[in-house]
Amino acid sequence: MTLSGPAVCIGTDIDTDLVIAGRYLRTKDTSVWAEHVFEDLDPSLAHRLRGAVLVAGRNMGCGSSREQAPVAIREAGVVAVVAPSFARIFFRNAINVGLPVIECEGLTCHEGAAVTISLEEGWVEGDGVRHPVRPLSGRMQDILAAGGLVSYRRNK
Amino acid sequence: MSTLSERILGGPAGSYVDRRIDRAFAHDGTGVLAMEAYRRMGTPEPTRPETVSIIYDHLAPANTSQTATLQKELREFAAAKGFSLTDVGGGICHQLMSEGRVLPGEVVVGADSHSCTTGAFGAFSTGVGATDMAAIWAEGSTWFRVPETIGIDLSGRLPAWCEAKDIVLTVTGKIGMDGGTYRALEYTGDGAAALSMAGRLTLCNMAVECGAKAGLFYADKTTQEYLARYGHEVEQQKPEEGPYCRELHIDLADTEPVLSVPHRVDTVAPVTDYAGTPLDQVFVGTCTNGRYEDLERFARIVRGKEVACRTIVVPASRAIMQQAAKTGVLADIIGAGCMVGPPGCGPCLGMHMGVLGEGETALSTANRNFKNRMGVGAEYYLGSVATAAVSALAGEITSPEGIL
Repeated sequence: MTLSGPAVCIGTDIDTDLVIAGRYLRTKDTSVWAEHVFEDLDPSLAHRLRGAVLVAGRNMGCGSSREQAPVAIREAGVVAVVAPSFARIFFRNAINVGLPVIECEGLTCHEGAAVTISLEEGWVEGDGVRHPVRPLSGRMQDILAAGGLVSYRRNK
Repeated sequence: MSTLSERILGGPAGSYVDRRIDRAFAHDGTGVLAMEAYRRMGTPEPTRPETVSIIYDHLAPANTSQTATLQKELREFAAAKGFSLTDVGGGICHQLMSEGRVLPGEVVVGADSHSCTTGAFGAFSTGVGATDMAAIWAEGSTWFRVPETIGIDLSGRLPAWCEAKDIVLTVTGKIGMDGGTYRALEYTGDGAAALSMAGRLTLCNMAVECGAKAGLFYADKTTQEYLARYGHEVEQQKPEEGPYCRELHIDLADTEPVLSVPHRVDTVAPVTDYAGTPLDQVFVGTCTNGRYEDLERFARIVRGKEVACRTIVVPASRAIMQQAAKTGVLADIIGAGCMVGPPGCGPCLGMHMGVLGEGETALSTANRNFKNRMGVGAEYYLGSVATAAVSALAGEITSPEGIL
């Protein structure tokens, strides 16, 4: 699977409350989460995410186990999230809901610059520089390919 | 030599293991999403329903028709699937799991990030999301990457004006918000052995605040005595202590009252640095500090006096509230002008009663001070129960040092 899109840059230690605030969790309507994603970080962000690769700093998605966070990012149209490190529950949740997440050191983020990712070969390219990354496990790749853990289990 | 996590999960750090889950739980928030995911997975019946608990704590009791309807749906689902359900007023999931539902050596998974709390019993307890929980309901097992472990050696004894919360805030400040990512924290040493079970639960609860997957104590005499109250006879775990990827040594005698300063949990400073900061609200409760020992300590400080700012106290469970009612602790708290809320998460996650208004400042005994979490445009500090009590009486941030 090769993924690409223009970069949207966000900072380090972006917590799940900043991804989707508690006040929007009283529903199971995923469009509500997509509409309000990153609202407390930057209210203009939600409308710039369709087709984008989200490039975050260290410890992306720290905080709660709320799965609405990766779902909101996916529903807003983000193609993949790249960061030097992810909070572990967020990372696992993202795979489970079919949002590709890639751990990558050293990628410099320029807003709007093209970013390309190969999940199988294990690299991320940005600014003309190719960064090797640790490939996802076979099981994680299978879950992503199925579109998430629900479809992966249903197909089994 | 192996760490407690390696022994319980059955593999060396870095390896992937599939493990049967001994206890699984979700709350009203994540439970609804897990129910949805479970239905979409198309699995007819759960593998081991007797191991599953659903505990209503996040929006308990429901605050709108919408949340009430979601809770109704989950209640009916839980009954149909044979899950144990604790309805509103029972308390916070982590506290209820701590009241005799988790035993040493078990693998425990909760659909909530603070599920690491019950590592205090020498269990491997960790948090997952809702879809993972649905798959656990279906299979009765899941996969883990066995974490590397940071060893935290505690020596000495705490000064009278400090408590477990000051230790864990200090640890979080040292490790940082992502210093424990993909790792476990293991507490050892004579200082750890001297801590009460309530204190151990506070320390393990906040393991996730530095990104850790679990926080653990070895089961010892204190664990045995605590679990005996719930009718469980358990064995002690023999500490092997290591191999650790990093080691920290903390002499508890050097601990001082500290705060997490807005808006980062790992920005930790002495309470005295912020003394005099006016407060609009003090909140005592949550899965970090809503236990009986906490309420009793708070009551002892405010008894016969009057709080100077609005103060909300929320017991972490019905059993705690009952005990506090019986011993007069609740009467002391109410008598000092505090409001007592129903057992549950209270204002901690900003979804329910007690959230802050724009520009307001609070001191809370909770575990997170993320921007806007407990009220849009508000600031809040995290501190110990003693710091909360003396600050509530003063209406401004005050250190308990020298007062107690």
